[in-house]
Amino acid sequence: MLNIIVCIKQVPMVSELPWDSKTGTLRREVAPGMLDPASRRALEAALRIKAGQPARISAVAMGPPMAEEVLYEAKALGADTGILLTDRKMAGADTYLTSFILGELIRREFPDFDLILCGSQTSDSETGQVGPQLAEELGIPDIGYARRVTIVNSSVKVERHVDDYFEVLEMDLPGLVTVDLAAYQPRYAPLEGLQAAFESTDIRIINAKALGLDNTFNALKDSPTRIIEVFSPTARKENRVLKGAVKKIVDGLFADYGKVISGALGKDLKTYAHDGE
Amino acid sequence: MMEPNKDIWVFGDYRNYFRNRVTLQILARATELAARTGGEVCAVVFGHQVDEFVSEYRAHGAGRVYVLDDPALKQYSIETYTFLMCRLVEEFKPETLLVGATQFGKEIAPRIAKKLGTGLTADCIDLAVDEQGRLVQTAPSFGGNLIARIITPNHWPQMAIIRPGTFQELPHDYDAQGEIVPLVLPRDLPADKIRCVTSEHRPSRKRKIEDADIVIAGGRGMGSKGKFKKLFELAELMQGEVGATRPVVYANWIGHDALVGQAGKHIKPKILFSFGISGAIQHTAAITNADFIVAVNKNPNATMMKMADVAIVADANQACLGIIRALKERIRV
Repeated sequence: MLNIIVCIKQVPMVSELPWDSKTGTLRREVAPGMLDPASRRALEAALRIKAGQPARISAVAMGPPMAEEVLYEAKALGADTGILLTDRKMAGADTYLTSFILGELIRREFPDFDLILCGSQTSDSETGQVGPQLAEELGIPDIGYARRVTIVNSSVKVERHVDDYFEVLEMDLPGLVTVDLAAYQPRYAPLEGLQAAFESTDIRIINAKALGLDNTFNALKDSPTRIIEVFSPTARKENRVLKGAVKKIVDGLFADYGKVISGALGKDLKTYAHDGE
Repeated sequence: MMEPNKDIWVFGDYRNYFRNRVTLQILARATELAARTGGEVCAVVFGHQVDEFVSEYRAHGAGRVYVLDDPALKQYSIETYTFLMCRLVEEFKPETLLVGATQFGKEIAPRIAKKLGTGLTADCIDLAVDEQGRLVQTAPSFGGNLIARIITPNHWPQMAIIRPGTFQELPHDYDAQGEIVPLVLPRDLPADKIRCVTSEHRPSRKRKIEDADIVIAGGRGMGSKGKFKKLFELAELMQGEVGATRPVVYANWIGHDALVGQAGKHIKPKILFSFGISGAIQHTAAITNADFIVAVNKNPNATMMKMADVAIVADANQACLGIIRALKERIRV
């Protein structure tokens, strides 16, 4: 039986976030969470493999306690088990430490895994680093940006389109594959499935201590990268505001900025007043 | 351990050479940084029959080029290249290693950083050196709407991935006299666990949004997939390219290659028209090099509206139709 681990993440639904005009930041704390779209495709890849052969899918997430929701969703979609890594000491981990923590969990709980699937990049931080770094942590090969993932004998076959090259690659197992956003049309959980999953009790919660990390562990402090300054992209320039009827606005735009527009266009524009010329 | 020297290494990513200029762009900025820190700018090239790239890197700012030219390296390989780069970094001890954000670069840099036990900043939109000579890496952060300056104070080497289009490459210097250091393939190179079955060059035929003078970008405020299509008409009139935000790409209104943002393209048009985009950082961080921004949004307080030179308070779709009409009246045929 193929032992598959899918690393998933809960991300804020950014499009729904209200903007705090005073501080100039998004109010993330009020954002509803959702299953990261690339993670959803990684799970989809696992489910399609499982449809063709005996396999066990374990979903793993790391995040605040509410991130448990995406594990219930993964179960409703067809994952066999779910584990949430959650601890204040893990908060603020950069990709180096996140991949270390995930690696610790996998070494402990799934020493005989065959395949790890991750999204190629999450929709919130978008670094795309945790997948390859987890592979390095575990000393296994990895392939990124997969569009199709299939199992052929004891290796995994991946199709991908990267840097203008279409490639078909085969990798020995155990290995890690990150699944691209362009892969698969993912399925969504039916409501009954979600309800059933929420009623089941087997999402395991693991904290730093249970993972064997000692008392001094502090992800924020131990991360090799350090943030020294944070700022909002500066508001710029004149910031002229035009409002009113659309026709009036558009005429105003061309009257006042016609030169800028024609300069970029590389051709002259008639001014409205001399329309007939 | 021997102290690292001040050298700045740039990974020579030459695949798709004429479309992929990121290595040259990084070399240009590395030259400025090295002028402050006193190190040498070095390109590192792996492959087979790579002489032309070696001379290109030398002509674009590399004071030294390390070359590993061997038939065994013909194919780009994450495993092999990671092994080689880590081996060389440990031997030569550069202070900094920079990699371009091609897909290959984004795959290999995390593995190199992890193997070397150091930090890595993804998608940098600026690089500088502070008074202590540390590399200050500027990148969008917190997945929200902020930009962070990041350092790697206690780990080595300092590593960053740089977004294509962030820096301007230096003009070709035909008299460049950079040193070329040929290296020999280590005997203990591990067998690759990944086999390439096929690899076919399939460039997209489309013009690149990164190079467009005019970009018409649309967000969810366009209302629907059908209405979003109007942006293509406007783009055609202006001979520009259409870009999009993440929600729009996720909703399949347009393909992923139109994504303007942290996970997509970085643009630097002379004019950016932004329709119905609120302005999450992943998007706004990728448009900071636009010369002139016209934003349309119903919400005057949207970030995108605050960033714009001209902020039009209106329905994005109506304004798009209005501008199309106005252009048709004004363009001299």
